[in-house]
Amino acid sequence: MSLKQTLALAALTLWPALASAGPTPTNWPGILAEARGQTVYWNAWGGSTTTNAFIDWVGTRVATEYGVKLEHVKLADTADAVTRVLAERQAGLDGGGAIDLIWINGANFAAMKDAGLLFGPFAENLPNWALVDSNGKTVTTDFTVPVEGFESPWAMAQVVFMHDTADLPERLGSMSAILDWARAHPGRFTYPQPPDFLGTTFLKQALVDLTSDAAALQQPVDDATYAVVTAPLWTYLDALTPLLWRQGRAYPATGPAQLQLIADDEIDLAISFSPGEATAAIADGQLPDTVRTFVLDGGTIGNASFVAIPYNASAKAGAMVVANFLLSPEAQLRAQDPAILGYGTVLDMARLTEADRAAFDALDLGLATLGPAELGPARPEPHPSWMTRIAADWAQRYGAGL
Amino acid sequence: MRGRSGTGLLPPVILGLMLLPVAAGLAGTVMPAMGHLPAAGFSGFSLMPFAMLAETPGLGRAVGLSIWTGIAATALSLAITILIAAGWAGTRAFGRLERGLAPLLAVPHAAAAFGLAFLIAPSGWIARLVSPWLTGWTRPPDLLVLADPAGLALIAGLVIKEVPFLMLMLVAALPQANPAQRIRLARSLGYGPVRGWLRGVLPAIYPQIRLPIYAVLAYSMTAIDTALILGPTTPPTLSILILRWTAQPALDYRLVAAAGAMLQLGLVVGALALWRLAEIGYARLMVMRVCAGARGGHGAETALRALGGAVTALVSGILGGGLVTLALWSIAGPWGFPMPLPEALTGVTWARHAAHFGEASLNTAFVALTTTAIALVLALTLIETAPAGQRADRAGWLIYLPLIVPQISFLPGLQTALIGMGLGQGFTPVVMAHLVFVFPYVLLSLADPHAALDPRYDQMARSLRQGAWARLWRVRLPLLLRPMLTAAAVGMSVSVALYLPTLLAGGGRIATLTTEALALAAGGDRRAISVFALVQGAAALVPFVVAALGPAIIWRNRRDLRHG
Repeated sequence: MSLKQTLALAALTLWPALASAGPTPTNWPGILAEARGQTVYWNAWGGSTTTNAFIDWVGTRVATEYGVKLEHVKLADTADAVTRVLAERQAGLDGGGAIDLIWINGANFAAMKDAGLLFGPFAENLPNWALVDSNGKTVTTDFTVPVEGFESPWAMAQVVFMHDTADLPERLGSMSAILDWARAHPGRFTYPQPPDFLGTTFLKQALVDLTSDAAALQQPVDDATYAVVTAPLWTYLDALTPLLWRQGRAYPATGPAQLQLIADDEIDLAISFSPGEATAAIADGQLPDTVRTFVLDGGTIGNASFVAIPYNASAKAGAMVVANFLLSPEAQLRAQDPAILGYGTVLDMARLTEADRAAFDALDLGLATLGPAELGPARPEPHPSWMTRIAADWAQRYGAGL
Repeated sequence: MRGRSGTGLLPPVILGLMLLPVAAGLAGTVMPAMGHLPAAGFSGFSLMPFAMLAETPGLGRAVGLSIWTGIAATALSLAITILIAAGWAGTRAFGRLERGLAPLLAVPHAAAAFGLAFLIAPSGWIARLVSPWLTGWTRPPDLLVLADPAGLALIAGLVIKEVPFLMLMLVAALPQANPAQRIRLARSLGYGPVRGWLRGVLPAIYPQIRLPIYAVLAYSMTAIDTALILGPTTPPTLSILILRWTAQPALDYRLVAAAGAMLQLGLVVGALALWRLAEIGYARLMVMRVCAGARGGHGAETALRALGGAVTALVSGILGGGLVTLALWSIAGPWGFPMPLPEALTGVTWARHAAHFGEASLNTAFVALTTTAIALVLALTLIETAPAGQRADRAGWLIYLPLIVPQISFLPGLQTALIGMGLGQGFTPVVMAHLVFVFPYVLLSLADPHAALDPRYDQMARSLRQGAWARLWRVRLPLLLRPMLTAAAVGMSVSVALYLPTLLAGGGRIATLTTEALALAAGGDRRAISVFALVQGAAALVPFVVAALGPAIIWRNRRDLRHG
């Protein structure tokens, strides 16, 4: 037998063992032991100073508590992490991958889960899962796709609109009210350019608010009814676009880019996917302290932020320890503190100890953050196929410069 | 060394080492472009990616924009460079300009683009300085200054970076062309100094700077960071469309991105061919003009010189003004429109990010130093083993392929290839990926000075019975110290600014100042962006300072070597 053949045989024999080598999520003490000393590379969007600082803090906590070293790989785009896992799978690297944990959004989750690129199920075996409000909050589906334990929630997000009360004192109750206001104040509103995540969220929010067939949005797109369901959206955008900042000929690239536009007094109204973002940005000096937030009368869409573990991650045990720590009352409390991050908690207050509950109650949400009652229940996200279709149509209608 | 048996194999080996990554990367892009990407669940071959590409809304305009902004930026940069050189070469002012080039060159593209954006935006510093007393604006006007559909801001952002680069390359090539003699000849034939330079010196220099010009053209057509910051978005240039496709959650868009990368490669090759044709046409035209005997008036001479001076002031003013704007924002407290200056200055932004400088700076320095050292050794080997009388980079112009092939068309494939070799993460693959880009620039910077080395030094050493190694170590390398330091500085500034190669090859595990800066830039926080842009610029500047001061320190006892 030649050396090459021997190696090939060895690889074949070892292959299944390597591929399935991973900790058993049900054996938590075993996971804690395995995690100690591991380095977890958490790939997360790095565009927000406040989020970066929060991840830093998580790193110091899991290091002292569990001996896990956390490295924040700052990405300009979450898709870079997907690219990486794809490239590793393409090259046959089914273990020892470069990414251990991804802060993932619904559309990327659906694609990665579908392609078998995620490790799991693990989320419902995390000890702190017992504290999660799994009935009241949308943590078991992500963009209507069943989570099935392949990602773990860590924050609640819900659409709010930020308005600079110095120029726009009153809240606006619906998409139509926004259009009416834009007619009177042309050039004072814009949204991030789709396919940016927040930009497509704006389109979905408009669709949910305007369409007469909200139930259809919970199913995959049906070609027969697509035109009818989306017609109100296009009518609306045809009217709104010329009234946008730069007459809709240019758009901010991302959500946070809107903050600078408000600070520069270029616009008075912007969409956000984090109820606490405005307060945190005011504390950070990125927004004037005259900014407040509102939700639409008919409610706004919301979802959870999740972390997922790639199927070939190097430090799966360490990644699970981090995911579990993110669900701890300590981390959740810090994340919800508007001076730190202002993200909504995924925990069920009824399941916490009295002391933890009191700490959450004592939290001052800050001057620009709506309380749970004012936020109202979140409306469900449409099926991801809607996002893909309307983003493509948006590019055709408004993004091609015709 | 020279002419020794056994060394003849070296150049092909080095060439192969440098080309392999590009070839492997391109192969990794052609396959998905043809519909084959098993990892994402696509196998077999189909034309579906190209069909989807063709259906992209606005593709025609995006393609047109890429061609227009690329060619316009290159032509403008070249025209400005030539205008400055023709009007001012040989003067004391030109000497000062030469010394000022390095810092301008060190400013990374993204930092220069941000500086320009913060300067000229409707809410930018210029608007703040003249409002409201002159303009009447109490809030920023709703004007499409950045991201204009014609790409003018993008072209400006490219030009301010490419002029210093072309100028550095031109300055390096000048001595070999004997400009003083040529000018004297042209003047004796009755040409003014500017026209004399254009007719007499330029034809001798152009072939030497052709490759850098092609690199500028390819870069400008495919630029990502500058286009993201300054370019139009409805539609954007093709490079940004490709970037958006790779960011799409639906995995079939990866195939469209690969097809788009192939299209982009085709566009660059087409534009280079077009440029070559234009070169030939221009040469014919000039020969006709010369034969017709036109000498031009004296007034035009003065006007051209004045224009050259004005353009120099404008380019360096924009770059410098941009840097000052960045510096201001990095220490700004509240700074509402139309305040000409921040209401308060604060060190908060610097303090907040300082914690991240340490590791990122170390990584940046380590990768840049290692890569550049390897590149220097390889470049010297290639040059020294070239057959006598032949320039090393002539034979192997293929080495410059990485500068001409769009990054996005081979980096994803290169990443897969590296992972397949077991080099999926860490410093080694990052250094290897950086080498692909750093080596051509180092060779480009070193080939000319080496060719200009007076062979009589070597002959003298030989007559003193010095062996090949001794002649290299004790004669040629000391003489080449200054150009070697400059080449190293150029190489390091290239390495410092690389984003995609660092991220993709390193698996995101090697955080450099540039990966940190661009990740933060995605958030649009002007203060944070300013801090990192300045730190990134400073990191690229350090090697140039070392290159400028090094010879004076090392040769403090050898007066004539201090000034190359």
